Amino acid sequence: MRKFYALLSREVRGYFHSPIAYIVLIFFLIVSGIDFYFQISFMNQRQVQYTVQEAFFNSVFFWFAFVLIFPLITMRLFAEEFKLGTIEPLTTVPVRDWQVVLAKFFGALVFYVILWIPTLLYFAIFLKVANEPAAHSAGAYAGSYLMLLLLGMFYLSIGCLTSVLTRNQIIAAVISFCAITLLFFLGLVQFILLDVSSETRDLLGYFSAIEHMGTFSRGVIDTRPIILYVSMTIVMLVLTHHAFQSRKWRL
Amino acid sequence: MIKVENLTKRYAGQPAIRDLNFEVSRGEIMGFLGPNGAGKTTTMRILASFMPPTSGRATIAGFDVFEQSLQARAHLGYMPENVPLYSDMRVTEYLRYRAALKGVQHRRITERVGDVKELCGLKSVENKLIGALSKGYRQRVGLADALLAEPDLLILDEPTIGLDPNQIRQVRELIKNLGEQHTILLSTHILPEVEMTCSRVIIIHKGRIEACDTPGNLLGKIRQAGGVILEAKVGMDNGADELKKISGVREVITDGEDDWKRFSLRVESGVDVREEIFRLATERHWAVRELTQRRATLEDVFVEITHSDQA
Repeated sequence: MRKFYALLSREVRGYFHSPIAYIVLIFFLIVSGIDFYFQISFMNQRQVQYTVQEAFFNSVFFWFAFVLIFPLITMRLFAEEFKLGTIEPLTTVPVRDWQVVLAKFFGALVFYVILWIPTLLYFAIFLKVANEPAAHSAGAYAGSYLMLLLLGMFYLSIGCLTSVLTRNQIIAAVISFCAITLLFFLGLVQFILLDVSSETRDLLGYFSAIEHMGTFSRGVIDTRPIILYVSMTIVMLVLTHHAFQSRKWRL
Repeated sequence: MIKVENLTKRYAGQPAIRDLNFEVSRGEIMGFLGPNGAGKTTTMRILASFMPPTSGRATIAGFDVFEQSLQARAHLGYMPENVPLYSDMRVTEYLRYRAALKGVQHRRITERVGDVKELCGLKSVENKLIGALSKGYRQRVGLADALLAEPDLLILDEPTIGLDPNQIRQVRELIKNLGEQHTILLSTHILPEVEMTCSRVIIIHKGRIEACDTPGNLLGKIRQAGGVILEAKVGMDNGADELKKISGVREVITDGEDDWKRFSLRVESGVDVREEIFRLATERHWAVRELTQRRATLEDVFVEITHSDQA
């Protein structure tokens, strides 16, 4: 456990030692700030059926920034170690491969969570200024942030897998970006292909991140997406572990 | 400490090392010599469980490096070639991180990190970013890292490459001192290093072990066991013919354009012919300005072994 903690803290510190972390943080704060501001000014102009908090988590801005950050967070995880050769000292000390994989995954997850912390402030400021809460209930906040965590876990684990497959960070980023975007659009198919059967649309709907976020941000905690994302994350991490171990295959 | 049996590694069908067999016992300093691409790094990487062998097996302290890799690694301090390091970390920070990974007890980390910094002369750069260090200091960080957990066995891949002569001397002293408590396997290009530090030497060439012995025995084995250089004014005499008559002299090569001739004599091993040469020179009234015995070096051994099939 101590070894895992040492690896994890190295991963998290690694983010803040590189400019990437600050670029992602600034980019993300700008986009989410604009998002928040636009949603409020939009709602000031007309009557709407949803709350500020729902609007914030379901806007186009939000999704745009959302799919973009994962490749940036995960591309360096393994690819950088392969490139610099630091994988050699790392794998010749008595640590297990799964400790390395989990440390890298959770390191990315910690950074991802740090990324979202400032957005809590938006709602606090809104409450202070407007003198009314941005959501109907505490459950709506909990739901949104839970969904963020679940989606984050899944997309970060995809990023882990693409990073372990190559020593080139750009390639890792491009593959994970394509994979995440594809998955994301899979959920949109139900809105586009209106002529396919309703079963197909329903099936694809189960994979729709937008739909899941819609449900959760209303404060409705559905167990199906939870199981989907947690299990998919585990699958991705198992694959990452296998790919990482492939260097030891006797060919 | 190390036992290697029929170790073979192929890269895409091309053998990098073939059927290696050797043993390193506790307390030995084993030198690993060979031209570039001979398979030194491959062998060391297999021993450090960085990559698996294609066939054969290797054990460290009785643990198979592939099957019981974790236990084998726990006995090992490994310094990879070119010492890859995280350039965004500071020296102390890095060593503390590595100590934790190697399972050094928490309360001993500060002490151990302090000790290895002292030993490797890193005190003056302890708060610097590794990325800002010179090659020599990076090398020392790698060495300090290998020593952190007080391993039984040190595997050092080219520990002196890229260092200046003073640093090389320091590292040599360090390795010699370490040899009192640790078993060491080190590879290097610098042959005098090996002669001075190692108790045994393996010469590997094209993936095969060509020789494995003490430096002294290796020197005894080769043809050019030694020689004598004579620089003299021989006048009208044919110096070479005269010199050949001395028993023990096998071959004489003559150099020199003017009156001063330079004779390089190949001599049977263990024979000192200098006295005979002196007698001959006084008899013939040769003027002598140099008479030296040249000892064979490991370099001669190395060149002879690794060039034999290229000539």
